[in-house]
Amino acid sequence: MMVGGLLLLVMVAGAVAAPVLVRYDPIALNPTDRMLPPEARHLLGTDEFGRDVLTRILFGGRISLRTGAVAVSLAIAIGVPMGLLSGFYGGLVDRGVMRLVDIMLTFPGILLALVIVAILGPSLFNAMLAVGISASPTYARVIRAAVLTAKPLTYVEAARAIGCRNDRIVLLHILPNVVAPIIVLGTLGVAGAILAGAALSFLGLGAQPPQPEWGALLSEGRNFLLDAWWIATFPGLAIMVTVLAINLLGDGLRDLLDPQLR
Amino acid sequence: MGGAAGVVEYVLRRLVLIVPTIVVISIIVFFMLYLTPGDPAIIYLGDTPATPERLAQIRHAMGLDRSLLIQYLAYIRRVARGDLGRSLRTTASVLGEIEYRAPSSAELAVAAFAVTLVLGIGLGVVAALWRSTWIDVGAMLVALLGVSMPIFWLGLMLIFIFSLELGWFPATGFGGWQRLVLPAVTLGLLTSATLARLARSSVLEILWQPYIRTARSKGLAERRVVSRHVMRNVVILLITVAGLQLGELRSGAVITETVFARPGIGKLLVDAILNKDFPVVQGVVLLIALMYTVINLLVDVSYAYIDPRIRFE
Repeated sequence: MMVGGLLLLVMVAGAVAAPVLVRYDPIALNPTDRMLPPEARHLLGTDEFGRDVLTRILFGGRISLRTGAVAVSLAIAIGVPMGLLSGFYGGLVDRGVMRLVDIMLTFPGILLALVIVAILGPSLFNAMLAVGISASPTYARVIRAAVLTAKPLTYVEAARAIGCRNDRIVLLHILPNVVAPIIVLGTLGVAGAILAGAALSFLGLGAQPPQPEWGALLSEGRNFLLDAWWIATFPGLAIMVTVLAINLLGDGLRDLLDPQLR
Repeated sequence: MGGAAGVVEYVLRRLVLIVPTIVVISIIVFFMLYLTPGDPAIIYLGDTPATPERLAQIRHAMGLDRSLLIQYLAYIRRVARGDLGRSLRTTASVLGEIEYRAPSSAELAVAAFAVTLVLGIGLGVVAALWRSTWIDVGAMLVALLGVSMPIFWLGLMLIFIFSLELGWFPATGFGGWQRLVLPAVTLGLLTSATLARLARSSVLEILWQPYIRTARSKGLAERRVVSRHVMRNVVILLITVAGLQLGELRSGAVITETVFARPGIGKLLVDAILNKDFPVVQGVVLLIALMYTVINLLVDVSYAYIDPRIRFE
């Protein structure tokens, strides 16, 4: 967990401090420096338009990390209330919500995100929306299971006995006790969302040129693998290191907070 | 209630539940066009300019001037006849396009699934049997790296090393086993990472069972304990669990086919979305969703066959 946390801190710090750390513009064209290999002036080389790869990776980190955070926030905002309502009220509400969740889950992996982008059109914002909506069923299911475990416990019974309304019981008594799986899923979910967002951008359905999103950088670099391998290699490494860091952090949090999720 | 009768009853119950799922999927796919911002007739015409009279003609020809319910029923009737419409870009039959690409996708899915099973189960079993040693740490680190690696990056790196630098395998295309190796390894490696972690947990759970202690205390060699008692229980369970990986495989195949320019259903979908070729998008999405509904049912039925407790839930 510590290793993951430190790695993630380095990646986030690099993204936040990008304007201070590098002196190149991530978007401006520089034809005289086209496809330079890694050297002293350009530590990770330049791309087909002469843009510094390290600069584009650092600025791209802002976009990719933001994509992960926004998508997960949306997934939590949609999935957690669904899970809470479904688990607490049961009956028809539970059946209806879980039927909706099952239908969303019949679209495997990235397919639901692709359907949403097909409807809304390719853009970074629509990619964040698509990834968030497609991740929400998992949160609904996990929170529902956590609520079903919490519902029969004594503190809920006591809250009912003193006359608490249902919304108060759910928000003030049950929700704080199911926060652990939300934190764990959310942390691991950021990793998945970064990968999914980068995949959509790689396919041309997310961030559009000249935005330096990591998946889009890889897509640009694939045409130059033989002549300029660095254009595609380093953005991919950046994605892997960031996602690895988040996975290590998430695994550690899961062991600490909610081993049952394993 | 047990045995075959229990499984049949479970299957019938699940089949009944599938019907509303299929209806809702067909409604979502049908309404995809209407959820898209803009006039459906203009979307169907794409970049071709049209006069208001022409648009009115298009709307009438497409049935867009009828009620949504009538349009939906007409759509369902067409789909039931196998008519998924025509591509706006190529004017070819959507079903024909899918049939043309199905062999490439099927070939990749089978090969990648084999890689997933062999690598995933192998890595997980090895990690569990040598628990808390450097073998375990190494295997799980490989699995963690696999789960963290973007599939499109892995594909590009394999192309760079094995195609462009070493020249061992072709980088793109379809046909022949050589063109299958890199895509299958790319797709299979990443899905095997998830399976390896699951396999390790499952084997560890089995190793703590009383019947394993009994086998060891009878004096059986460790190799026979593993092959006769552990692996038999693990493999059936893990093949079923691996069925759940088919969703991840299909999802990864969309990207893998694009990286390796294989003419598969996943690439067809991505190209159709980029070209706003809605009949193709609707046809492919409907097909994949229906396929996964059936696959999920088969996986659940196999679970019920293995674990009778599930039938009584």
